[in-house]
Amino acid sequence: MRDVAVIGVGMTPWGELWEKSLRTIFVEPALVAIQDAGVDKVDSLIVGSMSSGLFIGQEHLASLLADYLGYGPIPAARVESACASGGLALKMGYLEVASGLSDVVLVGGVEKMTDVTGNEATFALGTAADQEYECFHGITFPGLYALMARAHMEKYGTTRRQLAMVAVKNHLNGSKNPLAQYPFPITVEAVLNSALVADPLRVLDCSPITDGAAAVILAPLETAKKLKKPVVKITGLGHATDTIALSGRKDITWLESVYLAGQQAYRMSGRKPQDIHFVEVHDCFTIAEICVTEALGFVDKGKGGQAVEQGLTSIGGKIPVNPSGGLKSKGHPVGATGVAQAVEVVKQLRGEAGDRQVKGARVGMTQNMGGSGGSCLVHIFERQ
Amino acid sequence: MEGIIGYGAYIPRNRIKVEEIAKVWGADAPSYKKSLMLEEKSVPSPDQDTITMSVEASKNAVRRARIDPREIGAVYIGSESHPYAVKPSGTVLAEALGATPEVHTADFEFACKAGTEGMFVAFGLVRAGLIKYGLGVGADTSQGAPGDALEYSAAAGAAAFLFGRENVVAEVLNTYSYTTDTPDFWRREYQYYPQHGGRFTGDPAYFKHITGAAQGIMKLAGLKPSDFAYVVFHQPNGKFPMRVGEMLGFKKSQIEPGWLVPRLGNTYSGSSPLGLTATLDIAKPGDLILLVSYGSGAGSDGFVFKVTGLIDEVRDLAPRTRDLLEKNKRYLEYGVYAKFRQKIRKAD
Amino acid sequence: MPTPSRNWREIPQRYRFEAGKCKKCGYIAFPPRVICPECRSREFETVVLPERGKLVTHTIIRVPPHPFADQAPYAVGIVELENGLKLTAQVVDIEFEQLRAGLPLRVEFRKIYQEGEAGVICYGYKFVPV
Repeated sequence: MRDVAVIGVGMTPWGELWEKSLRTIFVEPALVAIQDAGVDKVDSLIVGSMSSGLFIGQEHLASLLADYLGYGPIPAARVESACASGGLALKMGYLEVASGLSDVVLVGGVEKMTDVTGNEATFALGTAADQEYECFHGITFPGLYALMARAHMEKYGTTRRQLAMVAVKNHLNGSKNPLAQYPFPITVEAVLNSALVADPLRVLDCSPITDGAAAVILAPLETAKKLKKPVVKITGLGHATDTIALSGRKDITWLESVYLAGQQAYRMSGRKPQDIHFVEVHDCFTIAEICVTEALGFVDKGKGGQAVEQGLTSIGGKIPVNPSGGLKSKGHPVGATGVAQAVEVVKQLRGEAGDRQVKGARVGMTQNMGGSGGSCLVHIFERQ
Repeated sequence: MEGIIGYGAYIPRNRIKVEEIAKVWGADAPSYKKSLMLEEKSVPSPDQDTITMSVEASKNAVRRARIDPREIGAVYIGSESHPYAVKPSGTVLAEALGATPEVHTADFEFACKAGTEGMFVAFGLVRAGLIKYGLGVGADTSQGAPGDALEYSAAAGAAAFLFGRENVVAEVLNTYSYTTDTPDFWRREYQYYPQHGGRFTGDPAYFKHITGAAQGIMKLAGLKPSDFAYVVFHQPNGKFPMRVGEMLGFKKSQIEPGWLVPRLGNTYSGSSPLGLTATLDIAKPGDLILLVSYGSGAGSDGFVFKVTGLIDEVRDLAPRTRDLLEKNKRYLEYGVYAKFRQKIRKAD
Repeated sequence: MPTPSRNWREIPQRYRFEAGKCKKCGYIAFPPRVICPECRSREFETVVLPERGKLVTHTIIRVPPHPFADQAPYAVGIVELENGLKLTAQVVDIEFEQLRAGLPLRVEFRKIYQEGEAGVICYGYKFVPV
């Protein structure tokens, strides 16, 4: 197996992109990544997208996008793991390069979510849960995470304010991200006063509906060393699943898939939590970020709420979480998120993150999650 | 000996008071309360219908009968608010109980008499020896047109009766039915609310058929009103059953245990069946009970029951009807009631 | 968007609370499974789940998915049955303020939703306070 590096990244502004179709939304950052990598060919395309079928009636997506990319009749595949589709695409791209099958792999993630009504979007997102035994009973994703939040609050004393602080921190970071959907700060009071979606979670606890895409170019480490940019290697990779239904978990306040994926990535890279300089996590809801920081071992079980309150996870804190603004401020075009996390990590490791720069960043991590924790992909990136 | 081996009731917890309805339509609540002898009625939640209530009432009947539901040979739901126009309600009940696939099922309709019809036929099959156990259920989530007199009383509830030959709790001594073609109350296909003939629904309809059936069955059985411990009549409002009882020579104390309507409303196909469950809840071994239902269109079914010694053993194996009527109530405002009963016109 | 067959297939679970019990290790699968995730045995027997349990945690859905549009707000919880099995379902006939972890509940047969004015009606289980 060869070592794999990220040699190019691309992302364009996210938001409600009424004028752009999914194809356009995908191709634009893909071309930015290709140019950033300085390659003139692409051997293979892996696309992460959760539900182009339900959102715009389009399947056979990878082939469509390979065509629109304009780099020839390349092999193309779409992978799906609900909201972890992007992270999974990254893993699949990694495997193609590591195995020697391809030398230049374009990994992209894309979702076009605004061509359907709010109710239809909620339904499409709900397909990441157990249709017959969760969704049949009227639960939604905010509802599932609300169940997790209430249980976490009762078991560990996590407070409503601590949840709000996650959103506030991420918006503060996102206000420095020109590509974010909502690049402005918010206050704790704004979160606490926003409308209830599924008690105790409110509108500002939830990541938004977004159109957007992101792309990275993967190549063998040897290729990266010949380029003029800082070399970023993928040193660790972890992937795990769990019961798809939240009610099937032994402990509904603990994300076992995140723990297992994290452990695999740490083992492969030879790193421990204290070695990680910053992490991009899957804050689909504020409680998710809290549970993830615990499962990845950055804080003790139950202490995730206190950590954000104490500023441990702010930029400049002991373990910055979501310097990009996270899903909350940056947006969450479902399939694109996992790839966008990688884009941010690479920019940080190259020192290109501007006002969001984590000082001395040399080891970064991404954590991408599907559903209520039914799947998780973790990657560790290191500047060589 | 054949008869009832188990009985069960179900009443939704929501209520709306006469005053609340009258307020919206500018009507005089005290005069409605007095003329109808009615205070409040039950309202089904949006997740309840004839089928869901039948399932819960039937489960209560199975609890009291203490039988294996697989041996139920017939399942009949009588209602004027079957959820589907075409697709039986009874099959859902039969599946929920685990009586399928060896079971006969049919849905019954005859305005408010549909419940006792199901009972009539289920009992008949048991008496004929064709099945071991038969289930007859009366259930409704009836609608009253907004602002119409019937809106004050149209309520929701279900009562289920299992008939068999062993461990009989109330023996069926006689059955009788009195039927004519009398258009006092009807609903055409595709119409949302029923129509009625106003005062025509009184003497030529309700009173004629109930007295016809009551006198007919008493003559058949060789019994008079004073022989009965209790009598249950169909209860479209509080006044009618009291008046017909008086006309026939019954005393108020015989009617009162089964007289649920003042605080329940008219549960249509569930009306006299629920009255029977409330009566069985307090009856003593040896008591004779007369049941006379009424369905517009028109007809009345009559039953004479004799309570056995088993009643004391089974009565508390499931909730008592008066407890379902009085406990855990939730009062609704008219707006929520109208939303629950789908009286509000929404966008397509 | 249910098709008649999808809902019909789950009737033993939705109407009768039937689960599969692994003959080898006793694991209870709800819904029933082909293979036991604990011991990999393929032999199961049908068991009926207990009717009673307690509330583990709950939420109030205020932004409902399409088929539940008219029902909001409603409470959904994770309920732990007397045999330890946990499942997700609505909790009804109780004021939201009274919902708390540990609340004793029992199962009741209710309408879950219907496919518009002309489609199939889907029934199933909800929980009510004891």
